[in-house]
Parts: sequence; C-alpha cells; structure tokens
Amino acid sequence: MTFLNFLISGISLGSIYAIIALGYTMVYGIAKMLNFAHGDVIMVGAYICFYAVSRFNLPPLVGVILAMTVCTVLGMVVERLAYKPLRQAPSLAVLITAIGVSYFLQNTALLLWSSNPKVFPNFFTSGSGETAKTGVELFGGQLKISYVTLFTIIICIVIMLALTWFTGKTKMGKAMRACSEDKGAAQLMGINVDATISMTFAIGSGLAAVAGVLLCSAYPTLVPTTGSMPGIKAFTAAVFGGIGSIPGAFLGGLLLGVIEIFAKAYISTQLSDAVVFAVLIIVLLVKPAGLLGKQIREKV
Amino acid sequence: MKSLKLNKTTRWNYLTYLLVILAYVILQVLGSTGSISSSLKGMLVPICAYIVMAISLNLTVGVLGELSLGHAGFMSMGAFTGVTAAIALQDAVPAAPLRMAIALAVGAAFAALAGFLIGIPVLRLNGDYLAIVTLAFGEIIKSIFNNLYVGVDSKGLHLSLLSDKTNLAEGGKLIIAGPMGIGGIQKISTFTAGFVLVMITLIVVFHLVNSRAGRAIMAIRDNRIAAESVGVNVTKYKMMAFVTSAALAGAAGSLFAMNYSTIVANKFDFNTSILVLVFVVLGGLGNMLGSIIAAAALTILPEALRQFSDYRMLVYAIVLILVMLVTNNPTLKSFFSRFKPGNRSGKEAV
Repeated sequence: MTFLNFLISGISLGSIYAIIALGYTMVYGIAKMLNFAHGDVIMVGAYICFYAVSRFNLPPLVGVILAMTVCTVLGMVVERLAYKPLRQAPSLAVLITAIGVSYFLQNTALLLWSSNPKVFPNFFTSGSGETAKTGVELFGGQLKISYVTLFTIIICIVIMLALTWFTGKTKMGKAMRACSEDKGAAQLMGINVDATISMTFAIGSGLAAVAGVLLCSAYPTLVPTTGSMPGIKAFTAAVFGGIGSIPGAFLGGLLLGVIEIFAKAYISTQLSDAVVFAVLIIVLLVKPAGLLGKQIREKV
Repeated sequence: MKSLKLNKTTRWNYLTYLLVILAYVILQVLGSTGSISSSLKGMLVPICAYIVMAISLNLTVGVLGELSLGHAGFMSMGAFTGVTAAIALQDAVPAAPLRMAIALAVGAAFAALAGFLIGIPVLRLNGDYLAIVTLAFGEIIKSIFNNLYVGVDSKGLHLSLLSDKTNLAEGGKLIIAGPMGIGGIQKISTFTAGFVLVMITLIVVFHLVNSRAGRAIMAIRDNRIAAESVGVNVTKYKMMAFVTSAALAGAAGSLFAMNYSTIVANKFDFNTSILVLVFVVLGGLGNMLGSIIAAAALTILPEALRQFSDYRMLVYAIVLILVMLVTNNPTLKSFFSRFKPGNRSGKEAV
C-alpha cells in the first residue's frame, strides 16, 4: 500500500512537471529557444492567485482564471519586448536574454511581494470549517489520496487531451506544427509566423499559471524563487521525453515525478535530485534525443 | 624587420597579457597608497576567480562551441578538494603560498578528473542535450558535496556519505561537514595568487587555442563533419578542450574558496554557472579579453549599484537584457554601427 501511495504522489508531482514541461517544449519546438524565464512565470501565477484569493477574497476559480490571464499577457509581452527582436540572433544571445528576464521577474516579485514566504491556501477541500476533508481514504484508510493530488492528475490529463486536439485539429495548432517544422516554408504558405509564436508563448504561460497554482497547493510555501527549481526539473523532463515533442513532455514529466518520489522514499531524501539527474544522463546516453524525440540525421 | 610584424591574433594576445599586468600593477599601487575602498579590496580575489572561470568556460562555449550549464560543478569540485588538501597539509606545509599552490593544483587535478569522467558521456551528445547533461552533472556534484562528510585524523582521510560515519580517532577533525560545508578555512588566497592564476590561465588557453590542437578544436566547432572527414579525431580534441576547461575552473574554485572562512556546496549552484555564462556571452564568444572585462565589470556592477539598494538586481537584469538586445538586434546594431568610425556601411550578412 505504501508503494501505491508513493506511486500516486509521484504521478501527481509528475503531472505538475508535465504541465510546466509542456510550456518549455512548445516554445522550444517553435522558437528553438530555451526559455529559462518559464519557471518564474509559474511563480508569478502562484502569487497572483494567492493575492486574489487571500487578500481580495475572490473565489479560487476566479483566482486561477485571473492568474492565467495575467501570465498569458505576461508571456506575450515578454516575447514581444525581449525575444522577438532577437529572432535572427544566435541562440546563446536569446538564452542569456531569457536568463535576464528570469532575473527581472524574480527581482520584481521580490520588490512587490517581499521575500517573506507566503503560505498558500488549500482550495481543494470538501465541507467547511473543522470538519473539512482534504482527501479521500480508500481500503479503510490505508490509501490516502488528497484532493490536490486527484485534481492535479485530472487537470494534467485534461490539458494533455486539449493540447493534442488543439495541435492536431485546429487551424492555429496546425500553423504551430508547420512553424516548428520549417518557419520559412510556413511563411510562404501564408502562415503568420510572429502571431503563431506569440500564441505559443501565450499558451505556455497560461499553462505555467495553472502549474503554479497546483504546485503551491501541493507544496504550500511561496517565495520569489519558488519557480526556479521546478522550472529546471521540468526543463529536464522536457529533454527527458524529447524536447519539442508534446507527448514526450507529458511522459518525461510523469516519469521524472515518479522517479523523484521513489528516490526520496527508497534511496535518500537528500540525494533524490542526484538520482533524478543520474537517470536522465543514463537515458540520454541510450537515447540521445530523449524518449520520444526524433533523431534528426545531419545532412552533409 | 619582418620578424617584428606579429599577426593579429598574437598582437591581441599580447595586448591581453599587457592589460592584465597593467591592471594588477595599478591596483597594487592604489592598494598600497590606500586609495581603493575596502569593499573593492575584498572583491579582488573573487574577481580573479570569476575571470578564470569565464576564460575557462569561454574555452568550452566559445572555442569548442558546446554550451555548458554546469561549470560551477567543476568550481565546486576544485573548491572542496583544494580546501581539503590545504587543511590536511596545514601542519606539513607551513608556508602559505606553497600550500596555496598545492591546493590550486589539487583542485585543478580533481576537477580535471571530474571533467574527464563527465566528458565521456557528455561529449557523445550535441547541442541542447549536451547542455542539459552538464546541468545535470552540476546538480549531482552539488548534491554529493551537500551530503559528503570528510574527516582527517592520524590514520588519514575518512569519507562517508549522507551522515557523519567517519568515526575519527582522537585529535582528528571533520573537514567537510555535509550541508554545513567547510568551516574554519584559513584565508590564504591573495590578490597576487589570483593574478598569477589569471596569467597562467591566459597562457594555457592562448597556447592551446593557437596550437595545432586548438585549430582542430575550432574546426570541430565550425563544422564537425568536415573536420572529421579530414581526419580530426573529434572525441580526443573535444575532450582536450573540456578537460582543460574543467581543470582551470577547479583551480578557480580553490582560489575562490580560500578567500572565505566557510564554504558550502549550495554556493556553486546553477545560478553560478549561469552567472559565468553571462560573463562569457557578454564578453564575446572566443574573446578572452572580453571575458576578463565582462567578469570584472559584472562582479563590480552589483556593488556599484548599491545606491539603488533594493533595485540593484532589477537594474542588473534590465542592463543585461538591454545589452543583449543592443548587441544582437540587426536594426539596433546597424543603427549603432553608424557612429563607429571605419565601419560606416553597417551592412549585415543575412
């Protein structure tokens, strides 16, 4: 039963990584850039939701929608101001700019919201007051699943299905795939490449807001650097699954979460990060383009 | 008089040496007359360490052309092994400069070993996959040093992971105490030692880059397949650049650590790797003088921005973004190049 418990919390953590990794992988697929500021968008989303719910007493759903809106706009603004002028620049220049944006967001958060940790409220309860339940118990209390865990997994699956439908069936989604394959050719076919890239950033940042709320519901301490470690882990997850591939990000995120929780449970809490990264290295040695990534042949 | 005509690269290298020596002399003179502030004086050794870090990373990123996001891992390796050596030899080698030199050598050797071991899997990969694996190694090294306990007693060194199981004999002492890092370090790093290390780094890197091996490395960077087809051993030369870079970073780590009384593994995290990468990119890929200037300027900048107090890191971030935009956007670049004499056309190859 403990194994099942660990597995479920691993899948839940993995679902959060997967949602963040989706943002990384979509942006990478289309703009060929590592958006290191993505982790900090998560943090901004969590703060917006926190203030909306705790200070302005808005219902949680409104808080989440508000956070998504703010992050979507933020993602588009950052793309327009910082990344779009560098479309033709070498990828390292864009990487450093993304790091600059990451510093900027962290320090703005530090000034606006101070470095005092905020305790994120748990939205996912049934009932109210003293008798509020935070989870369901199965098998006579042996297996406890909190509502946060349950919701995280469900939301992740919904997002995954929606994105698969979006990229496969809609006009915008097809435009995205075309752009990620060949920008020049896409432009010749009449696709507005700039608008498509902007849209990708918008979707990625919106998802980051959702991930931020879920992350802070599960691990309720909120500081301006909350997003950086999950950001790095999710980036790792995206590479793990094969960067640029949406199912890859999903799979990579889930596996990373499960491995992390198992490493914490069965090997050592302190060394769990080392185990996660060691597994990543081994996987990349066997499959150098990630689990579901396409191995692109170099042309001479 | 033909022999006096040096080619452009050699002149540029001599200019770099000259400027570094000049900077050292000026700072020494200013220091002895007491006209530099104490805060700047305290930063001289870290600046030297960051300069060495930047030059060594520039070897990987600029000359070899592979993005490394875990350079701080090598710095950490060098810092911990170097300081351990310095503490273990405290009685055996009383002369501080000699102990310092041994510590730097030990740090460099261990970092080179780590670089070699990491290089075996890493150099099989390309591009962003290589970057993520270096990041992963940086994090692994950090985790290990965060959980490593090393003690020394009459029977020699004792190591243990996760918890303190070193069981030291009477009179022994714990050197690395897991997450507490190393405490009670004698501050034997001096600005002169830093200067010497910077000079050694420059000599090593310039000689490597201007040698047959260096040309092979740059050929791999420019076109791996073409280099391979003319018989360049890709793995060997990639490894050569990577290990040299790691060794220099290890020495920088030793130098850096012995400027503080305590050092913890979390100091050398992903952010430190990124910080050094920022120096390299701002200074210009493959340009060592640029790395030196960027490392010195960007280490001083947060201090110089102290008057902005809370806003200083914000200003730093904005400066970083603006510099990248100005130097890389074609429109802005051609706008600024109009003001440069001798480069009037401002044409850009598309």
